[in-house]
Amino acid sequence: MSTILHEPAIFTEDPFDPAVIADPYPFLARLREAGSVSYLEATGSYAVAGYEEVYEVLTDFETYSSAGGLGPRDIRKDEAWRPPSILESDPPIHTVMRRALTGVINPGTVRALRGPFTPPAVELTTALAKLQGFDAITDLAEKYPLRVFPDAVGIPEEGREHLLPYGNMVFNAFGPENYIFKQAFAQGDAHAAAVMKSCQRESMDEVGFGAQIWAKVAEGLISEQQATLLVRALLSAGVDTTIFGIGNTLSVLARYPEAWAQLRKNPSMAKFAVDEALRLESPFQKFHRTVAVDTVLGGVKLEAGTKVLVFLGAANRDPRKWGEDADSFSLDRSSSGHVAFGMGLHQCVGQPIARMEMEIVLQQLLERVQTIEPAGAPVPIIHNVLRGFESLPVSITAAR
Amino acid sequence: MPVTAPSFAPATIDTVIEAVEHPAQSVASLVLRRSDGQQFPAWEAGSHIDVHLENGLIRQYSLCSSRQSLSELRIGVLRTPDSRGGSAHVHDALRAGETLRISAPRNNFPLVDSRKYLFLAGGIGITPIIPMLEAVEAAGRQWVLYYGGRSRDTMAFARELEATYGTEKVKIIAEDVEGRLNLQEILGMPRAHMLVYACGPGGMLGAIEDFCMGWPPGVLHTERFVANDLGAGGNTEPFEVELSLTGTTVTVDTHQSILEAVEQAGARVLSSCRAGLCGTCETRIVSGEAEHRDAALTEADKDAGEVMMVCVSRAAAGCSRLVLEL
Repeated sequence: MSTILHEPAIFTEDPFDPAVIADPYPFLARLREAGSVSYLEATGSYAVAGYEEVYEVLTDFETYSSAGGLGPRDIRKDEAWRPPSILESDPPIHTVMRRALTGVINPGTVRALRGPFTPPAVELTTALAKLQGFDAITDLAEKYPLRVFPDAVGIPEEGREHLLPYGNMVFNAFGPENYIFKQAFAQGDAHAAAVMKSCQRESMDEVGFGAQIWAKVAEGLISEQQATLLVRALLSAGVDTTIFGIGNTLSVLARYPEAWAQLRKNPSMAKFAVDEALRLESPFQKFHRTVAVDTVLGGVKLEAGTKVLVFLGAANRDPRKWGEDADSFSLDRSSSGHVAFGMGLHQCVGQPIARMEMEIVLQQLLERVQTIEPAGAPVPIIHNVLRGFESLPVSITAAR
Repeated sequence: MPVTAPSFAPATIDTVIEAVEHPAQSVASLVLRRSDGQQFPAWEAGSHIDVHLENGLIRQYSLCSSRQSLSELRIGVLRTPDSRGGSAHVHDALRAGETLRISAPRNNFPLVDSRKYLFLAGGIGITPIIPMLEAVEAAGRQWVLYYGGRSRDTMAFARELEATYGTEKVKIIAEDVEGRLNLQEILGMPRAHMLVYACGPGGMLGAIEDFCMGWPPGVLHTERFVANDLGAGGNTEPFEVELSLTGTTVTVDTHQSILEAVEQAGARVLSSCRAGLCGTCETRIVSGEAEHRDAALTEADKDAGEVMMVCVSRAAAGCSRLVLEL
């Protein structure tokens, strides 16, 4: 196999610039069109934005290591701000943790949650349907996961107020230590300490995912420290992303009234609408991998030790994969294969829970809301790696 | 309401038993030729045939011959101690020169293209792996086989495989010498772009499934052979699936999955690995009984029979119609 090598396109624009973050897609399209692999001067890392290259980096976990962390700096070279998570480890350390987590979160355990997860969605959407409009983020997307997910993990009420700020820290740390990062870490120590306390065995109820993860310590599969880290991973990865997933889905559907009408007629399509919305407005937009051995990707030489910034959200809009209408929402599209949950070894373990939460909220809203449309400009969140909104005002008409 | 007519009864082929060999203790290997002297239809690695036995039983056996020569087929049959007539009949009653009716080859264990492969076989579970090795070797892929068994004299084709591919690629692990397959050593370190194909007894596959939870989703492909030889075995008939949300009825032919059949009929099903592993295509069963072939549901879930993975699972033997919430 002979590959013609070429130099990467050089980009001076900073993907972590607040202006780019607020409206990322024009930049991402330029990045995708510039070539298979680009070099970002602002971060000193390579970048991949096409589906093919993103897929390759995600699935070749031997060449593209996670142990260097998901941020622009190699966490093995610095004093990391916290012990590495499952997301920041490679096999074989990753392997036992993944086994433990997959043993706990699987179709059987998640299915049992549909019952307890439904009433809070009914309650929230019933109240909102009585109004003429509401904020889809602050009144719904931010409320629902916090009502159901911490209970499913089985952590105490006390300290839950730290979950959102902590998640905000964890994900912002996958970007550079810029102003956004510093804002997120303003009261970092207090949030981190409170969440770590919630992860301890004695904090768990007896039936939740937390207790089941701790049971894997008794089985001898993982250590106590690993159990703490796995519960921490659930708590840090399981709330924000789902909030953004719900918010982003509603931001898309508010712009596509025909799709809403179609979904009202056929609410079993809700899960496809969520899937397509996740493709179009992926909550987790980007993170880094570390090149473990000298390699060639898309004809560009990458040296061991360098970082690659992986643009999931750009791959999910690559016209070479999704067609010329990749930037639009289509209920008829099969969005199977999108990388919003990652792909391969580190693919989101909580995916079935997140999908179910999003589907339940959407179905309950569809049942009670006849039409939904934007009532003012949505306010994007300025976040290093997550894509979502601070505020998304909508006006609605209630279903009769 | 469109209803496709069931096209039942898979084509059968009359064969003559060319030879009965005993490549290992308690293993009979049957070489079959077509009675009409024609070639067998081309088949894919991983395929099996139904064998129609004189006592009315139908049994499935994996093909373990070379796909290069379509003039003959070979199957390997283990005599199981509690056999109620399948393997015992093959061992005791079938002789060279006799005729045997079989089905055309079908594939429930297809080989998906990948850069690297890890094959794991337990005992007679080696049979479907043999044509796979031939295929990946011809394609120049990187691969290794771990073949475990009680002792060398019970392990069919072990010597043949070592001679063909060498001991670098073919690792024979006889329990009486080296102990059981060390799955921690083999599967404890996941590899990128490597698929795992495993065939063997339920206990071994359960342990492999557990280890593969630490691998990327979708890498593991398994075929469970029914060791106890009780009951009617897997359902080999086409069956109907009614989609309760639309009232549409589709026929699922023997060579396709429920997922493929309902997608062809225009229904939408969320799916991901299409290999019974990720659980994405879980579908509620309104009525009827499923034969679960996935690795995603727990045994309790399978017994409860309320949901199924439509990418691999099928209607149970004797259930000609499943009603699914689709």
